[in-house]
Amino acid sequence: MVMRALKALVARDLALAARVGGSGALSLVFFLMIVAVVPFALGPDLNLLSRIGPAILWLAAVLATLIGLDRLFQADEEDGSLDLMTGAPVPLELVVLAKVLAHWLTTGLPLALAAPLFGLLVALNGTAMAATSLTLLVGTPALTFIGAVGSALTASIRRGGLILAVLVLPLMIPTLIFGVSASEAALGGTVPFTTPLAILAALSLIAGVVGTLAAAAALRWSE
Amino acid sequence: MPWVDACGAAWTRLGARDIGSSDRALRAGFFRKGRRKSRCCLRQGQDHPVRLTAQNLAVRRSGRRIFSDIAFTLDAGEALMVTGRNGAGKSTLLAVLSGRLKPETGSLIVDDVGEATLSECLHVVGHRDGLKSPLTAEENLAFARDLLGAPTASPRAALEELGLGHALKLPVAYLSAGQRRRVALARLLVCRRPLWLLDEPTAALDVASQAVLAGMMARHRAAGGLVIAATHQALGLDGARELRIEPARSEATALPDASVTRDAVAGDVWW
Repeated sequence: MVMRALKALVARDLALAARVGGSGALSLVFFLMIVAVVPFALGPDLNLLSRIGPAILWLAAVLATLIGLDRLFQADEEDGSLDLMTGAPVPLELVVLAKVLAHWLTTGLPLALAAPLFGLLVALNGTAMAATSLTLLVGTPALTFIGAVGSALTASIRRGGLILAVLVLPLMIPTLIFGVSASEAALGGTVPFTTPLAILAALSLIAGVVGTLAAAAALRWSE
Repeated sequence: MPWVDACGAAWTRLGARDIGSSDRALRAGFFRKGRRKSRCCLRQGQDHPVRLTAQNLAVRRSGRRIFSDIAFTLDAGEALMVTGRNGAGKSTLLAVLSGRLKPETGSLIVDDVGEATLSECLHVVGHRDGLKSPLTAEENLAFARDLLGAPTASPRAALEELGLGHALKLPVAYLSAGQRRRVALARLLVCRRPLWLLDEPTAALDVASQAVLAGMMARHRAAGGLVIAATHQALGLDGARELRIEPARSEATALPDASVTRDAVAGDVWW
């Protein structure tokens, strides 16, 4: 019964993201915009671009994740769907987990998959593209889980998007640091690639536990 | 996946700790072996008449006392109409009953539903209808059914009962206010829950739909369900009791209610 409810939740959020007004494709387009704008600002210095390419992709991923996050719980709070979910015979923590999973499937995963393509814009070589894509795949769940806490806290605040960004961005810094350092370690250096990658994976796992519990607590508290 | 259900059971138990930790019925459910069994009781419902008791409820929002000393008992098949002027706190009372607001004092006890918490026993239809505009009426209802469990009717059958069979595949965004309300009401039919909380259910409904709703409520009560409705107009609820919420200061009381004889104790309500 619990699995059925969670499947329904994930399927609904995926359907909503795909429909008109959904945030599915939007964050990907935003990601592309940031990555495309940076070379205009820096000029056509290919060496510079390829050196800072992973950092640009990671920054863009952080910002693109932030975009859809403010509606994660707010939309459900506004139209009463959240009351439906709290009335379901499913713990709120699992509801949060299902919603975060659906959100990651529509933002984090497409970002990670599109990273090699967008890497072309910042002159990344093959190794760097693969490394950045892999680190995004491992690291974006941490971004989504951390963001979910802020999203739950601001669910009942109108126009809470800015507060959300202010709350959440500082907490995303460790993920950003290890994501970029893992991508750069793949290009050579003193640290082996797997060391920062393992820490990045650990960050995602920790954020998964803490973020789920904290977001559910925030939703209960705001009621 | 049995382990997921087991986890769910454990969590719900944690959350369920006190809709009256002193309540015998609930405690009996707590120690009963096997959650599935008690779930079935909830699903069938008729076998175990549900009773809701509210005692001494008081609510304060932003420092302002909305109402106090609300008390009532609803036995299986009974209905309660909550009336009062605009802003008296009808919706607030429903929010307390649905678990969205925590009362300042008082307790809510629900008997004979096994381990289910109060919020797992009720359907809420209010101003915020819980419908997603981009999804079709059928998708909305199917989602509610899968999420809430205990399915009883298909979305198509429920919508046809409310005269909206043609809107099955239409996005809810295309529907009028009255049609939206009817889709929300169809949620009452797609899965069984013993307690219906309706906040002005007839708002935006035409006369024919009001009659359909009255029929739905009568059938629900005949099957042992409870109905609590905040309303300004007669809903066609036969023998419904009335709870009039008076402005703060003066005492807000239910009609004389001799059935509050249980020795259940007051306590904080958390769920």
